[in-house]
This record gives sequence, C-alpha cells and structure tokens, in this order.
Amino acid sequence: MSTATEAVRLIPKPTDSHECQLLEVSMGPQHPSTHGVFRMDVALDGERVVKLKPVFGYLHRNHEKIAETESYLGSMPYTDRLDYMCSLTSNWAYALAVEKLAGIQVPERAEYLRVITAELTRLQNHASLIGFLLQDMGASGTPLMYAFREREKILDLFEALTGARMMCNYMRFGGCRVDMPAGWLQQAQKVVDAFPRFLDEYEQLFTENEILMARTQGVGVLSGELAVNAGITGPMLRASGVNYDIRKVDKYGIYERFAFRVPLGDHGDVYDRYMLRMLEMRESVKILQQALRDIPPGPIMDPKTKIRGFRPKAGEAYGRTESPKGELGFYLISDGSSNPYRYRVRPPSLVNLTVLEGMCLGQNVADVMAILGSVDIVMGEVDR
Amino acid sequence: MLGEGILKGLAETARNFLGSYVGKDRLTTVQYPEERLPQIEAARNFPFLVYDGPDWQQGMRCVSCLICEKECPPKCISIEKSKDKKPDATGKPQFYPAVFNIDVSVCMSCQICVEVCPFEAIKMDVEFELSTDDRFGGLLWNKERLARSNEYYRQIHPTEAAAVDAHLAEDRAKLEAKSKAAAEAKSSATAMVSAQPASGVAAEK
Amino acid sequence: MLEAIKSEIEANVSGCRLEVVPNSSPSGQHSLLIDCERALAVARFLRDAAHLRFDYCSNVTGIDWPGKEIVEKEKIKKLVDGVEQEVEEVRKTQSAGHLEAVYHLYSMEKKHGPVILRMRTKNRSDQTHLPSLTPIWRSAEFQEREIFDLYGIVFDGHPDLRRILMWDGFEDHPMRRDYVEPDDYEYEPTPHDEVLEKSKQHTHGVRAR
Ligand code: SF4
Ligand code: SF4
Repeated sequence: MSTATEAVRLIPKPTDSHECQLLEVSMGPQHPSTHGVFRMDVALDGERVVKLKPVFGYLHRNHEKIAETESYLGSMPYTDRLDYMCSLTSNWAYALAVEKLAGIQVPERAEYLRVITAELTRLQNHASLIGFLLQDMGASGTPLMYAFREREKILDLFEALTGARMMCNYMRFGGCRVDMPAGWLQQAQKVVDAFPRFLDEYEQLFTENEILMARTQGVGVLSGELAVNAGITGPMLRASGVNYDIRKVDKYGIYERFAFRVPLGDHGDVYDRYMLRMLEMRESVKILQQALRDIPPGPIMDPKTKIRGFRPKAGEAYGRTESPKGELGFYLISDGSSNPYRYRVRPPSLVNLTVLEGMCLGQNVADVMAILGSVDIVMGEVDR
Repeated sequence: MLGEGILKGLAETARNFLGSYVGKDRLTTVQYPEERLPQIEAARNFPFLVYDGPDWQQGMRCVSCLICEKECPPKCISIEKSKDKKPDATGKPQFYPAVFNIDVSVCMSCQICVEVCPFEAIKMDVEFELSTDDRFGGLLWNKERLARSNEYYRQIHPTEAAAVDAHLAEDRAKLEAKSKAAAEAKSSATAMVSAQPASGVAAEK
Repeated sequence: MLEAIKSEIEANVSGCRLEVVPNSSPSGQHSLLIDCERALAVARFLRDAAHLRFDYCSNVTGIDWPGKEIVEKEKIKKLVDGVEQEVEEVRKTQSAGHLEAVYHLYSMEKKHGPVILRMRTKNRSDQTHLPSLTPIWRSAEFQEREIFDLYGIVFDGHPDLRRILMWDGFEDHPMRRDYVEPDDYEYEPTPHDEVLEKSKQHTHGVRAR
C-alpha cells in the first residue's frame, strides 16, 4: 500500500494486452473534495478508474471506547461530533436508544421539538450537501454560498434554542434540555415559510443545467438490489428506487402524525441522488409546517428521569433513526452501572461507502468526485 | 435548446447579485469585526464562576462539591477543595475551591457542568474572542480568570439569570423562615423552660 | 416471533443448534445465538425465505466478554508433617471469556425486524475465528473489518480482511476491555484519577496551577 507522501506512482502493467501502464493515485487525505480527511487509493488506466480502495481512520478517536468510560449523559455531547453537520439528529438517535433501553416515555411537546429540530437539520444538511456536490464538480462558490446563506438562518435558530450552532447537545433522555425561548416559534415559522422560495431558486440554478446533467446522469449508477444487500440507507438508497424510510417504517417519535411522502429515484445515478435530496427538502418543509402548527404546550422532560446518577437496568437495546445521511443507530448494552458496557454507533456514512468502489469502476477519474460527493459522508461519523 | 438551463441559472445568479443591492436577505455578509451580529441570548461558549457582591473571593457561589469535576465529559475541570470554611453569600459557612482550573482547550462547551451544579455556581459565558499566544498557560483558566459577577450574568443571559435569582431568593427566604422559626421555637422553648421552674417554684410554695 | 423463527430455522437448516438469549430490558429485543458451523446456512435461510426476507443487515457489533475469575473451594488430603490431614484449598481459575459478534437484521422488503443474531468465539486468545457473513450481506464488509481491527475476531471467508481504522502496523485491539493505553501523557493541565497518576511520572508530581 502506498503512503500518502508518494501520491502518484506507476504500477507495472498487469497484462500485455494493456498498452499503457496503470497509474496509481492517492486521492486524499487532504484533497479538498474528500469531505474531510479521507483517502482513496485509485488506480487509473488513462482516465478510467480500475481500482479504488477507500482508506479510513484519519479521524479515528475511538468514540465507542470513550463512551464506555463516560456516564450515559456524558456521551451526549460526543454524539454531536459524530456527524457534525447534523448534531441534533445524532442526539435524537442516542436519546432514542437510551429511552428504549430504560423504557422512558417522552412528553408530547418534547417529541414535537425533536421533530422540528431534526427536520431543520435535514434541510440544512441536504442544502449544503448539494452545494458541496456542485463545488466538487467545479461550480466553485456560488451554489455552496447560497446554501450556506440559508443554512445560516437555520443555525441561528439552533443557537437561539440550544445555545450552540453546531454542537447542540440538546436532547436528554426523556425529553429536551430547554424549552423554546419567546419568539422562537415565529422566527422558525418565518424561516420555514421562506425556504420553498430558496428551493425554487436553487432548482432554477441547477436542475436543468446542461453541464450538471452531462456530469451526473448515468454516472455512479447503483442498482436497488445491490443497495439493499450492501446496507445502503438514506437518500442514496431511495435514489435507487427502494422505498425504505425509517421515519415511515419504524414511526419512531411521532412521525406517524405527519403527512409526507417518500420521494424515490428511478436510475440510482448521481443526478437522482441530487434530485432526491431536493424533493426530500420539500417534504421536510411539509413536516415542519405541520409540526410548527400543532406543537402543544406542556412539559419537555419526563419528570421521572434523573439527569445525574442515571443507571438503566441490565439489558440491551438497538435504537435507530433516519438521519439525513441514512440509518443512524445506537446499540447499547447496560450492565446496570452508570456507564454503558458496550456502546456502538451504526454509522450510515461508513456503510454507504461500501459500494463506492463498485460505483466508480470504469468511470472517469473526474467522476469519482461527483460520486463521492453524492454519497454524503462526514468523516467524524465514518471514522468515529 | 441547448444552453437554456445554463441561461436560466445565470439569470438566477444575476437576480441574487442585483438583489444584494436592495435586499438584506440576499446580502447577509457582516463586516466582522467592525460590524457585529446581535448577541443571541442562549449562546454559550465557556463556563465561568458566578459570585455575588463586590468581592469575587468572598462571594463565590461554588462550594467545591466536585460534582461538575466528576460529570464533565472530557474531564477538563480540576478542583481542590479548601481545608477551611468561609461564609457564603447567606452567611452560612461553606467550603470553597482552593483551586478551580478549567482547561478551555479541552472544554467542549457542552454545559453539562452548568446542568449538574446544584448551587447555580457555574454558568456559560458568551465571550468568544479568546485567542492567545500561550497554548498551555493561556488556555488554562484559574478561578480568578473564571470569576464573573452576578451582574455580568444578568447582562448576558437576562432571562435565565432572572429565573436563577428568583429561585435563589426563594431558597433564601425559605431558609430564613426556617431559621426564624427555629429561632422562635428555640426562644419559646427557652421561655417555657424558664417559665416551668418558676411555676414549679410557685407550686412548691 | 423469535421463537417461531427459531423453530423454522431448525426445521430448515439441518443440524443447527440455536439458543434464545433473553434480554431483560424494556426494549425486549431478544436475540438468537447461532452456532458457527451452520451460521452461513442460517443467514442464507433468513435472507432468502420468502416470508422472512431479512435482506438488510443493518448493524454488526463486536463485544468483548473477558473471562471471570471462578473461585472454587476443595477439600483434599495432604501429608502434613507425615500425618495425613484434610486441608481446604482454594483454587482460582480463570474462565476463558469470549468475543461476540452481533448482527441486527431487518427486512426492507417486508418492513419488519429486527432479528438479532449472535455468534461467539471459543475464547479470546487463539480461537477467535468466526464465519464471515459478508457473502450473504455486503453491508457487513466494513463493519466486520472494523471488528477484526478493534476486537481481533478473524472472520473466515471475508473477501478483504484488513485493519480499517487503525494503521497497518498497529498490533493490539483497542476496543478489548483489557487494552492498555500507551503511556503518552506528557502534558495534562487538569488531570484526574488514573490520568493524574500517569501524568505524575512525566511532570514529576507538579500540578499546573
Ligand atoms: S462545558 Fe462541558 S466540557 Fe466544558 S467544563 Fe463544562 S462540562 Fe466540562
Ligand atoms: S461549580 Fe457547582 S458543581 Fe462545580 S464544584 Fe462548584 S458548586 Fe459543585
């Protein structure tokens, strides 16, 4: 295996039928389009990719081991740092698993707050992902900045509610940490009302753009069958035409109360993944409109659950949620003490990379960037 | 027509470009540091220690119970409990932290210390311009660096501070009522005790 | 539901031993302990049986269960000073412990689940082989590699079993419970407990003020 320093080297030609030599390129770990410190060992035959091995671990900090030494509550701020674009959905997944483990009920208002924050997270994640995807394909700046402009409004909402823009640490076992401050609901309503206009503009900018279509249609095709077998989840799975959304399947929280549809793709290529996220944002806006309308008054914490000295009975539980990247699950084993015996994160970003090589083989090297961008990974979650 | 989509997109960028001259929602850039965004009240950054009254050493609320040290997830608080006691704001003798250090290079601003502190002694600051050229000493804050007055707390988190003040005042009133009741009970008891022998004496007579 | 699945597997996969591992927590997610020899057949049955169709393996977890100390008391006869006497002897034995791999299965087609499968190694030192289920579910590929890396379970039949998160030259398995961290605490301004003990060696007991 080559090291990062020898980024490019020639490989002796494998067979005589090849007229050129293969070129091995180390893409990353500091490549701007790898979304963090991620490396791909790529072998090229001219422009075509003939081998692609992802190399992980540059951001590994053994989050799972740290969690075994922390109290249950102490792991909550660490979950913010898994997928640092979407701390609130990570919070929710962890809280959900602990609630399953200890049999805790969540008050209604807290459930609504969770849905609202999770869907806002989905909006900002998908919007910026599309920005990044286009940035990777060479549309420097403009799309990403438009997305960040909208994301900023959502992050302001998060800051006003949770105190932090990205590392929210907001949810607790049995509820949420604080209630919304005065005027927050109106502010959120304003942001949500304005969002479809941004989506229209965003689509105007790209959806029919010939360059985008040429670069993405038919590129990185993933069949639905392989996607299921390889455990692909989230928008990537649905872009391949498999109807599986954990919000609909598990109906965790209070998702069964909201009317929304699950968009599905036809071709499973990069363009479908782009389009699917656009459509998903529109569905999220629908959910948000209903949630902001219906949120009831009431307590936001289960009164029986203590913050300190939390010791669930011995046992285990697996809780999973539909995070913007896919199925984010937490598998916890308790031995009755104040910290988990085993704490496992099921990272959607890592599992979604299983098919990266398969999607890239035979494509041009420039397409690798588009394909990787459409997977939507965050290294904090891949490497944990 | 080939190129129509690109033209549509260019029209969009043109709209944003021109719109940025007229509408604030298309030009969101703020010229930091000359210009600043309004402070969001719930914002949090690093913890500070609250004190009441004018003297930070005298009025520090922290009683060195070590709960936050234990609960802090990355273990960046380090406290040494005092050997002696000093009177707190209500005059009750309490321990105080002889050493209270927070390594803010490790702190992840999670505010779990604030949540678990039973004495409303540690709160989150909003200050964020903290760069320093000393990586170790400059980011290891001692209790003097951490001490902030309650007035400051009221200024940065008015709603939260008002709730805390009310809750503390209530506790204090309860405590006072209790001690008053205890004092009254004591004095009436002594009165009774002093009355009894008198009556006894009277009976003897 | 798990009992029904268990008897169905037993009827369809000949000679397999299964055991239900109960879970006392409110989640009620009980699991099935399967034996390693028939694991692939069981997995294939669960994936392909038309009414089960567990086509999606969501999560693969490694767990370390270190051995426990078992204390036994025994009376034995012994010659003490030439006289035969009955002496009570305490014998301490170490049970071997095991490593475990847990698979959470769902069905995307039928939208049900989870069914939880467990496999156990014989011990933690030299018999740490388990069959890989990657040929059945590709989603296990990276996750099994991760378990190999962090726990040291060797998955036979895995197409590409290499370290994934740690670097290639790394020797230990950091997620094992008896893993000893390297002593590299050179500077720690706010040390606690064991970190304090370790950092003392480097700072000569001086604590930053
Ligand atoms: S904010 Fe969090 S990390 Fe920082 S001192 Fe408090 S508990 Fe520790
Ligand atoms: S800040 Fe609060 S929790 Fe921490 S030692 Fe002081 S009184 Fe205790």
